[in-house]
Amino acid sequence: MFKTNKNSLSTGKKAFRVADLIVILVIIALFIIADLFLPSYDIKAKILQKGAVFALIAVSMNLLNGFTGLFSLGQAGFMLLGAYTYAIFTIPTLENRVAVYKYYTTTAADGTVRGGLVQFALPIGIAIVLAGLVAAVFAFLIGLPILRLKSDYLAIATLGFAEIVRAICQWKGLGTLTNGSNQLRMYPYFKSILPYFLISFGCIALIALLINSTYGRAFKAIRDDEVAAEAMGINLAKHKMISFVISSFFAGVGGALFAMYQNTIQAKPFTTTLTYEILLIVVIGGIGSISGSIIASFLYISCSEWWLRFLDTDTVIPGVTRNGFRLVVFSVVIMIIVLFFRRGIMGDREFSTKRIYDWAKNLGKKTKGAGK
Amino acid sequence: MNNVLRLENITMQFGGVVAVDNFSMEVNEGEIVALIGPNGAGKTTAFNAITGVYEPTNGAIYFHDKLIIENYPKGKMKKLYAGSNRGKYTKSVVKTPDKITKLGMARTFQNIRLFKSMTVFENVITAKHLRRKSNLLTATLHLNFAEEKRMRRETMELLKLVGLEDVKDSMATSLPYGMQRKLEIARALATEPTLLLLDEPAAGMNPQETIELTEFINFIRKEFDLTILLIEHHMNLVMDISDRVYVIDFGKEIAQGVPAEVQANQKVIDAYLGASEEDE
Repeated sequence: MFKTNKNSLSTGKKAFRVADLIVILVIIALFIIADLFLPSYDIKAKILQKGAVFALIAVSMNLLNGFTGLFSLGQAGFMLLGAYTYAIFTIPTLENRVAVYKYYTTTAADGTVRGGLVQFALPIGIAIVLAGLVAAVFAFLIGLPILRLKSDYLAIATLGFAEIVRAICQWKGLGTLTNGSNQLRMYPYFKSILPYFLISFGCIALIALLINSTYGRAFKAIRDDEVAAEAMGINLAKHKMISFVISSFFAGVGGALFAMYQNTIQAKPFTTTLTYEILLIVVIGGIGSISGSIIASFLYISCSEWWLRFLDTDTVIPGVTRNGFRLVVFSVVIMIIVLFFRRGIMGDREFSTKRIYDWAKNLGKKTKGAGK
Repeated sequence: MNNVLRLENITMQFGGVVAVDNFSMEVNEGEIVALIGPNGAGKTTAFNAITGVYEPTNGAIYFHDKLIIENYPKGKMKKLYAGSNRGKYTKSVVKTPDKITKLGMARTFQNIRLFKSMTVFENVITAKHLRRKSNLLTATLHLNFAEEKRMRRETMELLKLVGLEDVKDSMATSLPYGMQRKLEIARALATEPTLLLLDEPAAGMNPQETIELTEFINFIRKEFDLTILLIEHHMNLVMDISDRVYVIDFGKEIAQGVPAEVQANQKVIDAYLGASEEDE
């Protein structure tokens, strides 16, 4: 009898695994449908694009903050590095470059006018990988000194790094490369939803695989107890660096996607506010949950870009609602979440159909009990 | 008999306080050696120096006759140093705890330090990370499935052996205290050590649990061919289990020998009962 019980249990598990797969396939199908039927200027299409981009960046931040326990606030800095790398290396033609770098043109010996320093364009795919690599290299270099720091100190150091990167990007001296405080534009970007979705979710899948490997267990061990982790033979410096560099790599890729989504890029939006937005997504989704970060990303972007937009018109409650009122409501909602739902949507668990099934079953029991 | 661990003139000084003073000891292969002493005698400090958590101020440590730690008073300590054997050591070799663990020395902690968010199984398999052969890429792409399978199998075998098989999917922190101790020892065993260091394994245990622990330690010692060094307050456990005992007080060794000898030593009795000067 025990045996049959066990068998049914394992087939049950398998059924849930199939159900999980079906959920994923349905999501992919929905994205394809959205891609086919939504015009690219539609707000829903824009939200899906931005949501996918922010999901990747939030998951990359979660790898560091949620799974390795390194409280870093440098995500905007690495995004900026990725975005700029992508934009600089993909502006296609000479005319484009002259138009973009109009304050930083040089005249060559033969009399042709050149814009900027980089005189070639890379294919999109290579440029995206390069964007990640540049962010990763910077992460490695600044990681050497600052990863010795703990908690708040690390947060301050990475925050400072992000601000410095932004300031340097706006510096005139690097104008031929970064175009100073002017925007970079005319680089190729994806109009449809699907490429953003594929790149973002491909990267997230890689991060998920990493977290579920033996390295992921080592990261979690460091998060739970550094002293014990080191005593179990986990090289702290090395593993923290791996996590930091990989997180930054994907933040860089996310930055490149963000640049594409925006069509034009400037250093100005990459302030600490952007880092806090991403942190917020991570917290709302649940620190230590990949699926939580993804869900929270789409929710957050939908709220900030779409669902709460109506509050910006002064006809809803005359005299009270006005341009920007959405942000007030939004902030209150966030405060409520942080105060009362501190573990976020998912806590540190992952989405699975089995969990939903168990939850629904429990809920049924509870309501039955209340009915009696 | 071969030397597994040898401490030479270890001195550990924090500012002006000499926590461990010129302490030497040897642990031979297959032995269970206990390090005892009253509260604040410097036992855990000595432990931390051996495992690389602290850098000793002076002295050297050998593991399987290989130098793992050596240091001499330098920097601020040049002036402050109050211990002996100054100038005997000239090198500064300090391996980090993870490297020392890799050499085959594993430890547990006085205040249990389990990975709180993990299950019993995950706690133990995490310690297997140390002996991995895969690299970041193969692990991420899950090309190391053979290794992963081996890790899982070995972890299950270990859990069966120590009797934690039934609770393998419970959260580590939800276990009763005695089992948490056992789990911590199992996790240390998963790193495949030759020398096991136990920091007050019986702390907070009742007599029944202590007896079980004694049996457990004897069992794993045979099963894994271990040499064991333990710190303990619990005299019954120490006297039952250990082959030799070192007693320290105020950082200095005051006695050593087989348990019966040590128990009869007047100095030891004085240190434990605090009977010396005040009574006269």
